[in-house]
Amino acid sequence: MLTRLLSGDTPRSGLLTALLLIVLISLAFAPFLFPGTRSLETAARICIFIVLVASYDLLLGYAGIVSFAHTMFFGIGAYGTALALASTGPSYWSLIWGTAAGAVVAAVFALAIGLFSLRVKAIFFAMVTLAVASAFAVFVSQMSWLTGGEDGLNYKIPRELTPAFKLIDEKILDVRINGKLLAYYLVFFVSAMLFLVMLRIVNSPFGRTLKAVRDNAFRAEAIGYRVVWYRTTATILSAVMAALAGSLLAIWLRYTGPATTLSMEIMIDILLMVVIGGMGTLYGAVLGATLFILAQTYLQTLMGVAADATSAVPLFSTLVAPERWLLWLGVLFILSVYFFPSGIVGRLRAGRA
Amino acid sequence: MAKEHPILETQDLTIRFGGHVAVDGVSASFERGSLTAIVGPNGAGKTTYFNLISGQLTATSGTVLLNGEAITRMSVPERTDKGIGRAFQLTNLFPTLSVRENVRLVAQAKARKGFDLFSVAESHVELLERADHVLAEVRLIDKAEQTVAALPHGDQRKLEVALLIALGSQVLMFDEPTAGMSVDEVPVILDLIRKLKSDMDRTILLVEHKMDVIRSLADRIIVLHNGALVADGEPAEVIALPVVQEAYLGKAPKSSETPEAPEAA
Ligand SMILES: Nc1ncnc2c1ncn2[C@@H]1O[C@H](COP(=O)(O)OP(=O)(O)OP(=O)(O)O)[C@@H](O)[C@H]1O
Ligand SMILES: [Mg+2]
Repeated sequence: MLTRLLSGDTPRSGLLTALLLIVLISLAFAPFLFPGTRSLETAARICIFIVLVASYDLLLGYAGIVSFAHTMFFGIGAYGTALALASTGPSYWSLIWGTAAGAVVAAVFALAIGLFSLRVKAIFFAMVTLAVASAFAVFVSQMSWLTGGEDGLNYKIPRELTPAFKLIDEKILDVRINGKLLAYYLVFFVSAMLFLVMLRIVNSPFGRTLKAVRDNAFRAEAIGYRVVWYRTTATILSAVMAALAGSLLAIWLRYTGPATTLSMEIMIDILLMVVIGGMGTLYGAVLGATLFILAQTYLQTLMGVAADATSAVPLFSTLVAPERWLLWLGVLFILSVYFFPSGIVGRLRAGRA
Repeated sequence: MAKEHPILETQDLTIRFGGHVAVDGVSASFERGSLTAIVGPNGAGKTTYFNLISGQLTATSGTVLLNGEAITRMSVPERTDKGIGRAFQLTNLFPTLSVRENVRLVAQAKARKGFDLFSVAESHVELLERADHVLAEVRLIDKAEQTVAALPHGDQRKLEVALLIALGSQVLMFDEPTAGMSVDEVPVILDLIRKLKSDMDRTILLVEHKMDVIRSLADRIIVLHNGALVADGEPAEVIALPVVQEAYLGKAPKSSETPEAPEAA
């Protein structure tokens, strides 16, 4: 049953299983285990980024396609939901049609980019995605009458998903059972479901074919696979998943703007998360996203503590000053790539063999 | 027109790379169940001729007919679907995947299941069985779990043949299948090719340099030289031709009794 749910793709390493279980349990009970707004924000971000990073890995790790347009698809999903909620009111109907519209637009864009550029060299596809994504970001910031420009959009979501909505009056384990909690579980369960769908896709005959195309497209053609169709389909699937992750973010934040969805910074974060976790294994996305976002969120705090504690040591305390967090994140990244060239998951699985 | 078409035919097939004519007006037809050896010195255009038939290259002029149907402009996978199977001179496999997965992928392509997104690949037991059956045939079953990149060269060549067996195409093209193999492994490959011809009645095109191999397998020999077809006929006849002795072997005529065949220059 569990194996079926995981599409036969079990973690295949004791330590990996343990780590994944820790992440799963922490996220599933986050509101109760880690009370507080900030930790709930972090947990929701992790859920959404697991989907986003896994969908990028579908493309990079499985199909071997380098794309810089992933945040564009993420943004299309987020803006789809945001615009629907802003224009047709905070109903579930708006939420659903906006999300669906975002996914469809993402699919159409992906199809167009794929057919236009996947026939030729890989580098050409990468360049085209970079160009299209930059153009899209400019377009969104220019069309401020529609998208709110750089300021983005604030909107209402259905009342049942907001803190104002109380499910029951008592607290459970000192946690208010309100709409925000419901919103978190919406994010959690939809993310979990999307992850399982992707796990199925990469273990399906189609997913196996993607790996063959990645390994040797020339030979894949010679045994009868139409490589362009496979690559294009992978691009579309990945785009739709990214768009759905974007919709989740739009619902969770009740705000959508270029900085939260379209920025090049997020694109680079996604790349780093895939590489740290391990390309070509969706479990890598889980660990990569979790570790990266935890570091991103708490490294600064941690360093602040360290700087205070070591204020007597002149050079060291400057080094760990909170402003230097990006530097340390870089150091962590280099170390992790150096010691785990195949990512954390690759390392854990190899260690078992 | 009433006559049955040959399974494969090339008419005046030509390809130019800039000023260089790599295959120059080659016309030949291949009968069902025959094994034709294609010989010629290095750079004669043998691999290029294969590429024109299986679609990796598109002809500048001329026609390729499969069962009488022109396939000259079709893509590689289309030609594969129509019944052309191709093995490569330089080993050309899926290096990070397992031996079994390499063959399973061929079986999966043949069963047209590549676009199945929502079933688990491992649940298609018939594809795994097919893969194992072929691996047993080429004696690689013990290494089914290994990653291809880690296989010794000889085993990679065997796997190359296994992929073609799994594909089971009407026309099978082997480009120097025994190149670089150790002496004791060569007969394994040759037996496999022989079996494909006799048991499965496949039409086989074989590029090969080793004369003893050609003598023991081929019904017919075609000689290419500078891209042009210079001889075509029964093995004994063709080998004896002076043009072959010069062009291909690059040597004075030699007794055909010699057990150790001369290598190509
Ligand atoms: N894509 C290409 N572009 C330019 N020239 C090419 C190309 N492919 C082949 N050639 C040239 O065509 C000629 C024939 O090459 P081909 O590989 O077909 O020879 P071959 O008979 O298979 O030789 P070998 O015995 O070495 O395998 C060579 O001169 C080669 O350089
Ligand atoms: Mg050659």
